[in-house]
Amino acid sequence: MARKGDWVRLISVILAPGERAPQVPEDTAKTSLTQWVKGWLLADAEVGSPARVRTRTGREVEGTLLEAFPLYDHSFGEFIPELQQAQEGIRRAKWGEENKE
Amino acid sequence: MTGSSYQAVMARRNEIMKAAVGLDYSRYESGGIAFDYEGMMKAPGLGIAEILSIQKDFAIGNTPLIELKNITALARKYAAPGKGARILIKDEACNPSGSFKARRAALSVHIAREMGYPGVITATSGNYGAAVASCCAKAGMKCIVVQECYDSTGRGQPEIIEKARKCEALGAEVVQLSVGPELFYVFLRLLEETGYFNASLYTPYAVLGIQSLGWEIAQQTREQFGRDPDLVVATNAGGGNLTGTARGLKTAGCGAPVIAASVDLSGLHMASDRQFNRKSFTTGHTGFGMPYTTWPDRSDVPRSAARPLRFMSGYYTVTQGEVFYTTEMLTALEGIERGPAGNTSLAAAFSLAQTLPEEALLVVQETEYTGAGKHQNAQLSFARSNGVRITVGNPEDQVPGESIILPEDPSQIKARKVDLNRLRRSLIANAMGSRRAIPSKEDIAFLSEETASEEAFVIETIENYLEDKHEAG
Repeated sequence: MARKGDWVRLISVILAPGERAPQVPEDTAKTSLTQWVKGWLLADAEVGSPARVRTRTGREVEGTLLEAFPLYDHSFGEFIPELQQAQEGIRRAKWGEENKE
Repeated sequence: MTGSSYQAVMARRNEIMKAAVGLDYSRYESGGIAFDYEGMMKAPGLGIAEILSIQKDFAIGNTPLIELKNITALARKYAAPGKGARILIKDEACNPSGSFKARRAALSVHIAREMGYPGVITATSGNYGAAVASCCAKAGMKCIVVQECYDSTGRGQPEIIEKARKCEALGAEVVQLSVGPELFYVFLRLLEETGYFNASLYTPYAVLGIQSLGWEIAQQTREQFGRDPDLVVATNAGGGNLTGTARGLKTAGCGAPVIAASVDLSGLHMASDRQFNRKSFTTGHTGFGMPYTTWPDRSDVPRSAARPLRFMSGYYTVTQGEVFYTTEMLTALEGIERGPAGNTSLAAAFSLAQTLPEEALLVVQETEYTGAGKHQNAQLSFARSNGVRITVGNPEDQVPGESIILPEDPSQIKARKVDLNRLRRSLIANAMGSRRAIPSKEDIAFLSEETASEEAFVIETIENYLEDKHEAG
């Protein structure tokens, strides 16, 4: 349960598969045009149920409550050995085989 | 026509846009193919002094021009004796929002404030969103950024997610969408709902804003090296970067040729839900560069101020692997860590420098900020998790969307030349559209300017086009 005033994220379908623009490729045409918006919840709601928010610019938007207190967890990713190999190769190409002390 | 259906809103696009950019484009139309481009560019009444002054108020511009001595020395190892231009880079990441896009945003936000709009909207998944959000933060204006961010499963490009974070950190409301060109429909609805200014990348304001970049390159090269640059390389997507830079160089009386560089994403469809997350660049690539170069008016305004074919002396492509590799090079040899997309032009420059004499000055005109998501390690990790093969080998063997190949050594970085005449013919064909007769003299003169080619070339291209259509139809 998210409370009124909580900072939340809503999801909604803007265009269903049958309503997509004529020029979209076949794979995209089979999907919905989906929208994600954040704002302050206007009334208590459960995740997965209809909800309304007031956004940062003061707009009222409705959709399905996706999550409360959304966070960013994007990162620098997994270790990529090829990238390390590239960087070592670049140093060798410029400075030679031996590390300069 | 009222209503909020896709068709109803799209039918109102011209009136919505007119209200949202405060510019009556019809004043510059001829009724044919031609329109008064220079007249449109003069409409805001902003000369270089006013542009620099507005940007200074936002603490934008006057970024360092840095000589990349170690990268230059490395390029010379692979060049013929006496070859290997000095490579300079304009460190645009030093702008408040971390990219040259700040220059475009400053003018748009300034104009929006002057005209009394209550807020600003922009449709972009790129650095421009953060640039507009940053200027709005300083101007005390409301801001909405509309992004194409996720595929239909909700899986997002790490680079775009980082840009969303930055926009929100700067106070903007971010509206995120799944893949599809109907982003424009959502954008139009938001413009109608809010009455905000459309900070399009393609208005005269947005392109005039970049003129200061070209202007500064000319001034700084003169101050630091006592002369003009010999070549300027610009990453090309929507064409505004190249157009504005070239116009700024001209304003400063500098005749240096400007070369376009894009990441080769040939074969990938930009509106494909399945392919969306199989590309590792969200801008600076051929998926935007080619269509916008050959048909600038596909943008979100009636007439685009970004018309790169008028100003480009050459066009080269590089691979995703070459750009990631060059980004590592900038970090490893110059101690400057920057975002990969901005280094597209640096990858091309490393190769092009080897064709120029040692005394030549080659300017790479931008860098962009880096961070979580917006980093070659994050991009390669994401690509691998989407089934893209990451290897070390010959970049020539890459297939966009299938593989990314980091070069084995710097000699394998090769800028590949695009046939400009092919692009010119394509622009002329697009301008002709359904026309089945030779257009007016005015239109031919316009197309000659549009393609930076002789009228004879335009006429020959049109004759061939009409002949093909006659045979086909």
